[in-house]
Amino acid sequence: MNTEILGIIVMFVLTVLLAIPLGKYIAKVYGGEKTLLDPIFNPLERIFYKVSGINPQTEMNWKQQMVAMISINMIWFLLGMLILMTQGSLPLNPDNNPSMSADLAFNTVISFVVNCNLQHYSGETGLSYLGQYWLMFLQFVSAGIGMAAAVLVFRAFRDRTANTLGNFYNYFVKSCTRILLPLSLVVAIILAFEGTPMTFEGKDTLTTLQGDTVAVSRGPAAAFVAIKHIGTNGGGFFGANSVHPFENPSYLSNMVEMVAQMIIPIAMIFALGIFIKRRKLSWMIFGVMTAGFLLLVIPNIIMETKGNPAITAMGVDHTLGAMEGKEIRFGAAASGFWSIVTTVISTGSINAMHDSTMPLSGMNELLAMMINAFYGGCGVGILNFFIFIILAVFISGLMVGRTPEFLGKKVEAREMKIAMIIALLHPFLILVGTALAAAVPQYTSATLNNPGFHGFTEMLYEYTSSAANNGSGFEGLGDNTIWWNISTGFVLILSRFLPIIGPVAIAGLLAEKKYIPEGDGTLKTDTATFGLMVFAVIAIVAALSFFPALALGPIAEYFSLY
Amino acid sequence: MKKHILPAIKLTLILILFFTVIYPLTVWGLAQFSANAGKGKIVAYNGKKYYANIGQAFTADKYFWSRPSAVNYNAAGSGGSNKGPSNEEYLSQVQARIDTFLVHNPGIKKSEIPVDLITASGSGLDPNFSVQAAKVQVKRIAAARSLEEQKINQLIEDNTEGPLWGIFGPQKINVLKLNIALDKMSSK
Repeated sequence: MNTEILGIIVMFVLTVLLAIPLGKYIAKVYGGEKTLLDPIFNPLERIFYKVSGINPQTEMNWKQQMVAMISINMIWFLLGMLILMTQGSLPLNPDNNPSMSADLAFNTVISFVVNCNLQHYSGETGLSYLGQYWLMFLQFVSAGIGMAAAVLVFRAFRDRTANTLGNFYNYFVKSCTRILLPLSLVVAIILAFEGTPMTFEGKDTLTTLQGDTVAVSRGPAAAFVAIKHIGTNGGGFFGANSVHPFENPSYLSNMVEMVAQMIIPIAMIFALGIFIKRRKLSWMIFGVMTAGFLLLVIPNIIMETKGNPAITAMGVDHTLGAMEGKEIRFGAAASGFWSIVTTVISTGSINAMHDSTMPLSGMNELLAMMINAFYGGCGVGILNFFIFIILAVFISGLMVGRTPEFLGKKVEAREMKIAMIIALLHPFLILVGTALAAAVPQYTSATLNNPGFHGFTEMLYEYTSSAANNGSGFEGLGDNTIWWNISTGFVLILSRFLPIIGPVAIAGLLAEKKYIPEGDGTLKTDTATFGLMVFAVIAIVAALSFFPALALGPIAEYFSLY
Repeated sequence: MKKHILPAIKLTLILILFFTVIYPLTVWGLAQFSANAGKGKIVAYNGKKYYANIGQAFTADKYFWSRPSAVNYNAAGSGGSNKGPSNEEYLSQVQARIDTFLVHNPGIKKSEIPVDLITASGSGLDPNFSVQAAKVQVKRIAAARSLEEQKINQLIEDNTEGPLWGIFGPQKINVLKLNIALDKMSSK
């Protein structure tokens, strides 16, 4: 078998094999059971709580949890604005990079607070090392928030009937210290030894072998790149993200970063099953997600390896595939694979330029973010999937003429309304955003890097990436303008917090209800049949909402090229 | 909300200390044991130091040309062309690169030019090219340096890096290392 395909298969299988034990560990951490790392983190967390005056044992109901979440996020936002708008005169700025403008800081801080990492700046020129490290802080805590929110939903189905769902700070701190930190440390060290810089010195200047003078940006990148993937954040230290030979120096580092970004989303699925003692449910979810993932990723690998037909027609040797925007050390196959992993999961880091991928590869990247629930981001992926489960439960209930139930709880009108609003919010933000951008060409058309259908796709991609809290881009878009900074900023906030509050609210409401033991007439949700039902719901929602927009962009481009 | 603000501020401060000071300093400390102490891998030649992972522009006929770059191999920044596959202007630029290559490499057929030599990399700093990208330039370099083609072919073979552990990923050649080896051979 060819070594490029073998590399991909091993990356995927290795991730799943590592995710199963990690899932067990995660379930233990949130369940408060004993783990190996207790001797380090028990005393450490005691200090954290003592200093901040928090009692991690206080039980909270779902509303209190959400208030706590919003409060701490607001603090991060305000502090972030302050730091990014003054970084030019703060320490740790060896390259003398300037402070950010208000609109760019607004977009950047929100984007990192919400775990999106849409970047309208380039790391080399847009941030000081202090600014970078503030964003690295946000990469840890925003991933922690997503995971904590997922645990709140887990909790709702563990206890038979409960008014409270545990303590928000407890889950949040544990996510950061016991899960994100140890994994990031391992990844950071591997990257540092593979050649990712970890220095606080600024730019280097050198004369090349041929005699040109160039500068080389460096920085403390290894620590940053590790959490960027572990926390499914995706924001790059350098402008070119993980395409940059410092940020992703070798095929080995590429494999490590790939495993790093997929591992927590997959492990969370297994953690759910162990935590609520329904392991079969995990396999149903994993099965649906994997089927969706493979349906998107296999075509991309094929299309990218086949290459651009317009260049093939010129008569050159095109065996390497579509190499525009790609690096030789990864090759077209691994780049096609990454393009879907990073979009189904809300990472948004890239190892090749998505703007230059084939039209239908671009469509699959968009679809991955439009669905946003095949694995999905750290914690939030499973929340998005939960909404689809609720919808599927309701539709199946109608089909067999019974009151819909999920894990022994009746799903009623109130929960359904919330689920519908959240399910429709995502297409609403993407399509309205893109429509507005298309309606004001005086602000947007000059920012496009490509004409015609592809230019439209650049705009669609920007809003899809924002609404999915993904952060990758069709990077040709000149997005550091007031229009893009402000409009995507608002899409980012709405599409982060509502899809967290919605599922947690549903879970909180369900948790308060009486537990109905399973009987013969109960709809079994851990079966392949129900999995198929969920898949159908996802396909219908995505296809009906997004097909017209996709037809105007990538599909039209496909027919113009083939 | 009020009763959450103060604890949240204090928790934020101690987490900042932990995640932006203690964590990176731990990584930094361990990185001191890596090649060149975490400042990027280095290739030294003729008393000068170059970054092994950062590609350089090579445009002279006597060197192996590197891939086209959207940032002209100036690593002060990074990035790709971000041109879409159907962009007419981009496609005519690719055609122009093919024509330029054919002018500088007489005796080479169009079907021998590998696609990586006419497309820009994603970072604009790609340190590598494919084996075919080296082979297709042998004739020109042999003429420019009055070397035997067979010797240059040997050099390419010596500098070809196989897949990771022999089984994962593509083959590649580091352009800078290959050109340094070429200079060394010529100066003998």
